Amino acid sequence: MPSRFVKGVRRIGHRTINSLLRLGVASRFFVLVLLHSGSSFRRPHLIIKELFSTGVLSLIIILVSGLFVGMVLGMQGYDTLQRYGSEEALGVMVALSLVRELGPVVAALLFASRAGSAITAEIGLMKATEQLSAMEMMAVNPIARVVAPRFWAGVLSMPLLAAMFSAMGVFGGYLVGVKLIGVDEGSFWSQMQSAVDFQQDIVNGIIKSFVFGVAVTAIALFEGYDAPPTAEGVSGATTRTVVTSSLAILALDFVLTAFMFRGEG
Amino acid sequence: MERTTIDLWVGLFVLLGLGAILVLALKVGNLGGVNIADSYSVTANFSNIGGLKVRAPVKSAGVVIGRVSEIYFDGERHEAVASLKLDKQYSFSKDTSASIMTSGLLGEQYIALETGGDSAQLKEGDKIKITQSAVVLESLIGQFIYNKAADGGEGK
Repeated sequence: MPSRFVKGVRRIGHRTINSLLRLGVASRFFVLVLLHSGSSFRRPHLIIKELFSTGVLSLIIILVSGLFVGMVLGMQGYDTLQRYGSEEALGVMVALSLVRELGPVVAALLFASRAGSAITAEIGLMKATEQLSAMEMMAVNPIARVVAPRFWAGVLSMPLLAAMFSAMGVFGGYLVGVKLIGVDEGSFWSQMQSAVDFQQDIVNGIIKSFVFGVAVTAIALFEGYDAPPTAEGVSGATTRTVVTSSLAILALDFVLTAFMFRGEG
Repeated sequence: MERTTIDLWVGLFVLLGLGAILVLALKVGNLGGVNIADSYSVTANFSNIGGLKVRAPVKSAGVVIGRVSEIYFDGERHEAVASLKLDKQYSFSKDTSASIMTSGLLGEQYIALETGGDSAQLKEGDKIKITQSAVVLESLIGQFIYNKAADGGEGK
């Protein structure tokens, strides 16, 4: 008769093995997606169709949130900066925080909840209604036909969405800072331009959003593909997609920032 | 939805995204601004560079005319060496002096060049001989207190 202690240890072991197993399955799935990507590039209209549903349909939420985030940054930044008499640095603050951090991260979080959850629900439902099995019966590889185009559409649209978010945010900061509060327009732009470096800030921001795009889309696809084929299973998988990919974005952001911006004053 | 409408929207989406990257590069970043295509580099030794950083501006009469491209330590002379990339359209005399200044009280540090009277010009790979190091606030305060103490001693 095992004691409670042994039972507890057993449970920990069981959980560890299970999560390792899932990680292994997820990695194999990811490699399979990459291996079957070639055929989806030979039929680009599949990717274009998915670009429409992941990219174009996320446009409104990305643009509107970018504008508002930029406007709030402008207001809060002005409030703090004017205490030190350096409200001309508002442009620098808005642009750097958007291009380096907020643009990629917030756009990716919105992307995970807008497009990632939709991908998971769609693929999970396809699995639940046995559409994926039907494809296999017809000798069509569901990973090449369904999963890979969605993966590349997500990876391609994420950097574009993040760039639009940042651009809208800078515009929002400009609206509030220059038009509403009355910071000098010339120093707003010129200080911004002298402080934001193309290589250091903008390219690194784009690299970040690219990595987030890979992470979010891969997680969403795997959760959908792995979902139990029931209504409950699909809803659980959708929730897991949003939670896991949000955590992945924030953790990856920390790692990427540590690599990109260390050794700088 | 029809295929052509989807194509149109996706095309618009991609154009908008690329446009946003372009706006970030040209309007927000400095890609279109002070990027020096044609440049020559000179070096300057300083006994203390303070908080000078790579990519800090090099100014003359307050106008940005170059950037600091590299900072390293000269192990033999125990001095800091800064190499400066200067715009080719501006030339400076051989006895130009370089000093490390701070913009504002707490602002970033930059190198100010002041041209001299020599008719020979600085060329690629030349070294600026007359330099003035960064002012370190602690030593300045230390000196001030020292002078104050010395004055007080004389007054008695």
